[in-house]
Order: sequence, then structure tokens, then C-alpha cells
Amino acid sequence: MTRPAATSSVTSAPTATTTLPRSSTPGGIGESPTRPDGTRKVTGEFAFSSDLWLDEALFGVTLRSPHPRARITGIDISKALATPGVYAVLTHEDVPGLKFYGLDHADQPVLAIDEVRYQGEPVAILAASDPHTARRAVSRIEVGYEVLEPVTDARAVAFDEGVAMLHPAGNLLRHQPVRVGTPDEVEAEVVVVGEYAVGMQDQAFLGPESGLAVPAEDGGIELFIATQWLHTDRGQVARCLGLPEQMVRLTLAGVGGAFGAREDLSMQVHACMLALHTGRPVRMSYSREESFLGHVHRHPAWMRYEHGATAEGRLVYVKASIVLDGGAYASTTSAVVGNAASLGVGPYQVPHVAIDAYGVRTNNPPCGAMRGFGAVQTCFAYESQMDALAARLGIDPVEVRVRNAVAQGSTLATGQVIDAPAPLAEMLRQAAAMPLPPATAPALGALPGGYGNTTHGEGVRRGIGYGVGIKNICFSEGFDDYSTARVRLEVVGGSAVATVHTAAAEVGQGLVTLQQQIARTELGVASVVIKPADTTVGSSGSSSASRQSYMTGGAVKAACEAVRARIARRLNLSTVELAGEVVVGGPALTEVIGDDPIEETVEFRHRPTFPMDPLTGQGATHVQLALCVHRAVVDVDVELGLVKVVELAAVQDVGRIMNRMALEGQIHGGSAQGLGLALLEEIQVRDGLVRNGSFTDYLIPTILDMPPMTLTILEHPDPHAPYGLRGAGEPPTLSSTPAIVAAVRDATGLALRRVPVRPDDIALPRHSHATSPYGV
Amino acid sequence: MRVTVVVNGEQRVADDVWPGESLLFLLRERLGLPGTKNACEEGECGSCTVLLDGAPVCACLVAAPQAMGRSVVTVEGLAETSQAVGLHPVQRAFVEAGAVQCGFCTPGLVVTVVDLLDRVPRPSEEQVREALAGNLCRCTGYEKILDAVRLAAARRGSA
Repeated sequence: MTRPAATSSVTSAPTATTTLPRSSTPGGIGESPTRPDGTRKVTGEFAFSSDLWLDEALFGVTLRSPHPRARITGIDISKALATPGVYAVLTHEDVPGLKFYGLDHADQPVLAIDEVRYQGEPVAILAASDPHTARRAVSRIEVGYEVLEPVTDARAVAFDEGVAMLHPAGNLLRHQPVRVGTPDEVEAEVVVVGEYAVGMQDQAFLGPESGLAVPAEDGGIELFIATQWLHTDRGQVARCLGLPEQMVRLTLAGVGGAFGAREDLSMQVHACMLALHTGRPVRMSYSREESFLGHVHRHPAWMRYEHGATAEGRLVYVKASIVLDGGAYASTTSAVVGNAASLGVGPYQVPHVAIDAYGVRTNNPPCGAMRGFGAVQTCFAYESQMDALAARLGIDPVEVRVRNAVAQGSTLATGQVIDAPAPLAEMLRQAAAMPLPPATAPALGALPGGYGNTTHGEGVRRGIGYGVGIKNICFSEGFDDYSTARVRLEVVGGSAVATVHTAAAEVGQGLVTLQQQIARTELGVASVVIKPADTTVGSSGSSSASRQSYMTGGAVKAACEAVRARIARRLNLSTVELAGEVVVGGPALTEVIGDDPIEETVEFRHRPTFPMDPLTGQGATHVQLALCVHRAVVDVDVELGLVKVVELAAVQDVGRIMNRMALEGQIHGGSAQGLGLALLEEIQVRDGLVRNGSFTDYLIPTILDMPPMTLTILEHPDPHAPYGLRGAGEPPTLSSTPAIVAAVRDATGLALRRVPVRPDDIALPRHSHATSPYGV
Repeated sequence: MRVTVVVNGEQRVADDVWPGESLLFLLRERLGLPGTKNACEEGECGSCTVLLDGAPVCACLVAAPQAMGRSVVTVEGLAETSQAVGLHPVQRAFVEAGAVQCGFCTPGLVVTVVDLLDRVPRPSEEQVREALAGNLCRCTGYEKILDAVRLAAARRGSA
């Protein structure tokens, strides 16, 4: 192995250009080349983390707590261990290093110690010769429990005294206020108040938590794993195994979707413990039911909002109280609270603000990252409020948003000034101007109820609604956010070939394609090899916060620029332009490179962000903000409460279109997850127990649930970002939910203050004696 | 028990099969064909769709012994079933239309679409949506998958 060259460091700097030059190299930025992994994914050759196999590999399984809260009185592994084919049964006593892990705070036990705090908490792990044996044997582990009353009401934890303490540090994970002006003193001509709730959504990636751990000859471990961030996994795994980080080597296995659920560890430490203990490779793969228990979810939220406005609909003040249920362990709840607070009034100009956002511990399933990360819940609430305000004043819902819309130069509730284009008013007008689908009765299968044939159009009413969201891109609040890229240019078989090596996780979003496009554009070569992501190169940070195009895209660009500077030096020039495998106006690249490959490794940082003031929430906390507008058209069977989304139209500003096909896929997919939250998706938790942990009972949108989507994509470049691009994966997940619910309200006249909206919420209020059992 | 099954045109034998195990387990764990995916094991997601004697089934809902003596085509065998060089035209359309993101649902969807276009060469949008209603995709929102089906059908029509 060659020793990598020294790493240089680059920070994103403003660029003067606002023009959008296109790539001169085929397959470069702005085009939509096919994915480098596409062929292997359609033939079945692509190895996902659950497909890995070694002949001598054992299969690992996890024993989980059936109780949301209990003291462990004893664990007897003897019968399980005596089962033929079983190689190891391990408990917390066998954790070699630190017995806790966690992204923000190491508060989550690798295996439960004396107490379990949520249903599904891992208690013991077992390795056997094959999956059948492992699953049978794990049921022979005997655990004694003294069941305790679970704490399940997040609002009681936030506001009431006398709630049982679940953690020595207390049950409050973060309280973040935001204070601007004098909201209690100003007068408003119109006041609207609403209480809103958001159910617990699951990321529901299709590829289960899985991986393969292989003991190494040096006493270390090789882990092939589906994750969003290899290096933060490595740090946590190494600490729990009691090994130095260089003895823990991670390689990204095929990732079957992520959406936030792979930020926290799941089976990583467990598989490594079993492999080190047995000296054999160990593979693990969760079942779907186990997956619902085995990763964090989107925080359920309870929100009270009060909006004061002038008679013209201009916002005077916003007061909000936001409670987010973090479940049993900290995960990323603190950062989620930060987003809920800092973005809690939405993309609107508000002179007076009082927000209090709370994240608390309960004995419910742990919650953490999911696409939209704390900005989704509040978006449903503030957009519902904007519609309520519009209705109160008799103003069009689009117009009331336009009158309050942020723009470049606006000040957010945190005091941060938006210093990049934010053309929200224009986006709203474009969304409203898009052609509407025909009002004529659609084909039978396209009515609410679909092929259930529950209506021929009677009782069906159409509604139209709008939603707007604002999402921070990249890590915020002062986090040292960077990505590392290594780029090598060499001659292979007579051609110049670029090799790009990063640790960035391709989770489906198409980052591997984008890396190729950037290298082609910057180095003028057609052939770009993407090396497998692993920990032999520096960290790229997480594939989350819509940040990888900006951060790893920026790192690859910077590394290519460093390679180009080396070429210039070889030619005694100050700069060179590369295209078509030649130095423009100079020799062929192959001639310049010769048998002396050029390799550069660069760490790329975005400009710094700052923490929120703990008392006022003030601070330039975000590096980039992104907007999306949705318009939803729905048909509602008001008798049965069934909804068919007829069309979703979206307007999104992405700064710069790097790959239209991949970008559209992100907007489509993000919109679909927002549709799911609006109408279908909730992990139903009663008394701390998950009631619907299967795809039979937890419903994600099918192709029959999804309407045709019309997209308008704008390009107002961000002068601070590489190529002027703006992260795009999350914003559509925010705005599609309130747009759909607004459309259902428009069709039904109901208040609908909770998502997902269920058939009961629509059908039952029509009967005078019936009330929805799912009130806020 | 011993199970003999023709997979992608080749006779395969597996010994010590537990009668209760699924065709999906047989393919993935015993025959070394992990292209067929396991995402729910209860017939909801369609990730494990294979052709059993030419009909699309969820391999997780078929007991391995039920496949005894029958013909199974998995995603790994599709390219060979078409006369095309390299990829099956449906596979090619999925890559070119951007219908693949994480790709976990892709093998099941490709098999389902191959079956649909064999039965209905020029399906309406309603027919496509109905045929694909048993295949969950969490990444794409299905728009590019519909594009891929349209592309594959159009190319087939003009071939």
C-alpha cells in the first residue's frame, strides 16, 4: 500500500460568477449520465450488505427486550449456549471496551445493563452456524424481568413534575428557546391558534440492517457495512471494542436506502463482538419486524402555535411550543431540536418571535435522524397556521405566503441573514400558475379507494392545497463539517484515467455518478473510476442533511483543482484548462502524466457556522438554506374518508442542476415520503409498544398511491457553494405533507391538526355523535 | 429433504432443506443467488419477485419444496432469457431512465415488468400501476420507474 500524500485543506469561498457554464466534457456536470452501479443493480450482481457471504461465516442474531421498561433480574445463557451449532452467546459483560455508544452522547448500552428502556432494546447476541439454528437458539436465552411502568407521554416529561427519571442526566435532552422582539407586548389585528401533532414516521428503507464482520490477523476487525457515515461508525465501534481505530477497518457494503436510519449504530458492534469472540466471520441481517425496532425513527411532535397578523395578513408575531419525543436514548435529538427551533416559523419574515422547542426522553422507541430532521414536524404546523390565517382573513393561501415570504437579505428568527438567493415569492407564483389536472371524473381505479371500487364518484370532492418548507443544508450550529477526497490521475492502457476515492456513503442518491461528473468536468477525462468507500481515506461526513453534493462534491472538485495545479506546475504555467484529455492549447494529458501519476488529497470545509444562543436562539447557525413549494390536488371520498392524491406539483430552487435525472429522482422520492406522512405512515405506539412493525401494517406509498408529479426546477446559484449548487434531497419531504393536508382540508372543511390523516379523521366527524379517537 | 429445481435454465439440487423454508431462503442461502432480495418476508414488498413456471411470485411466500421440479427465473437469469446482448431490455430501460436509486427493489421490479410486458406489450398507465402495485420502492416515488416501463415498451414496439 502506498503512503497517501499529505492532505491539504480548502474552505469554500464565495465565487463571483453567477453564470452557469456547462461542462465541455461528455458526462460532466449538468448532464445526466447513467449510474456507474446501475448495471450491477439491475442484474442482481450488486452486493448489498445483506448479500455478503463467506463459506465459514456464522450467522448472528439479537435477543431484544419485549418490555419498554424493566429491570433485568437475571440472564441465563446456558441452554442457548448448549444448543448444537451455537458458537457464542454474549451479554453486556462481554463488551470489551466502552459499554455505551451514541452520536451526540454515548448513553446507549451496546447490550442492556441491568435495565431495558425501550421495547426492542438488545439484551444478548448469539452466533450460530446458520440462520435457522441461530433463531431457534436465541429463544432459549432466559431473561428475568421486573416490569416497570413505562414513561410514554413526552408532554408530561416536558411540563409536569414527578415523572420518573429515566437517565441520571435527566429526561430533558434539550430546551432551545428563540426570542426576537416583544411578542407578548405587540398587538395583532388577527390571531390564529392551533395545536398540531405529528405521528412517528419510519424511514422504512428496503435493505435491512446488515453486514459482515471478519476478524483480521492483527487482532483487529474488517467490517463490511451499510451505513451513512463510515468514520463515525468506526469511532464508536473501536471504542466499544476497546481497539485503536486503525485496527477497525470499515468498507461500505451496498446500501439499500438510508433516509437517516443508518446514522446510528445498529448491528455494527454486535457483529464485531461475535466475530472477535469466535474468530470466525459473522454476518447479521435484521428481519423487517426487527428493523422497525432496530433503528431510530422520526420524532413524534406536539406543537402549539399562535400567529398574530395585521388585517392585510402580514405576520406580527409567532409564538410556538414544540415537544419532540426522543424516546429512550439521546441519538441526535439535540440537533433535531435545534432545527425545530431555528426553522420553527418557516420561510417567513416575522418581527416578533417566541419559540420553545423541547426534546425529551421517554420509554418509547428512540428517535433521531430522518429526512427533514426536525424541520418536517414544524413545517406541518406553521403551514397549517398560514392556511388558517388565510382563511380567517379571506386571503388566498398563496397570497398570504407571498406577503410574508423571505427573500435574499431577509433575517431569520435566529438573526441570521439569508445571504444567497431565496426567491420564495417567485416560486409560490410559479406553483400557483402551473396547469391544474382536469376536473373530470377519473377512471374507476383512480378514484379514492382505487380498485376497491368503493365509489363511482358520489361523495368525492376535490381540494387544492399549498405547502412551503425551509431546510438547512449541511451540518449546523458550529459543527466542524468537512469532507475528504483523494483524486489520482494516471495513464492506463494509453488513456488518462482519474480515480476518485472518498469515504462518502452512496445510499442510492447518486453520489457516485456526481463524483464522476465532477472529475470529468474538472480534469477533462472520460474515464473516471470510483473506488469503494472505506476508512483508508479521510472522513467524508454523513450522507445526510442534503450535504454530500455540497461537501463531497466540493471535496472532489477541490482535489481535482489540486491535481490540475500540479499539471500546471509540470508545464511551468500558472493555470491550465483540461478538456478532451488534452491541456487546452498544450500537450495531451497522457504526455504530461507519463509514468508519474498525480495524486492529491484535500479536505473541504464549508464556511463556519455558529451555535444558537442557549437563551435567545440567536446565531448564524446554518450554512445554506433550501426552499421547496408544493401544490397538491386531491380527491376525497368524504363518506369513507379515503383520499386519492391526484397530482403533486413542486417548485424547487437547487442553485445549479448537476444531474437533472438524479435530482428529479430526489424530488420525486422526497415528495413521496411526505405523502406517506400526510396520509399513511405512522409507527403506532401504545404504552411503549410498537403495534404495527411490518409492511402489512406500516403502509408506505405504493405506485397506486403516488400521483403524477410535475416539477419546476429553478437555478439561482448560491455564490458560497461549489458550482452554486444547493442541497436538494430533503426540502421536498417537508412541503409535500402540509400541501396534501391543506388540499384535504379544502375538500372537507375539516381542521385536520394531526398527521397522518386517517380515514376516521375525515369520515367520523361527519357523524354528530362520533368523535375521532385520535384527537390531538 | 432434497429439493431439485431448475433455476435460470440449470438444474440445481439442495440437500437438508427444512420443509418449512421459503424458496427465497433456498435461492439466497443454499443456491448462492442473492440477487433476489429479502425485505419483508411476508409478501408485501415484492423485492423477492421471481418467475415460477413463468408466473411472477413472491419467493418468500413459496415454500421451497413447492418449487420441486419446477422452473424458476431470477433477476440473475433474465439477460439470458432475452435475445439481447448483455442486459435484458427492461434492465437497460431501468438504468437509462433513472429508475434505479438504492436498487434494493430493482430486481423484483425488473422481474415484474418483464412479466407484464410479455403479457401486455403496450400497457396503459393504469395497467402498469396495477401490475406494479405489489412492488414497494422507497427511493424514487415511482415516476422514473414508470418512465422505464414506457421506454422498454416503446422500444419493444419499435423492434
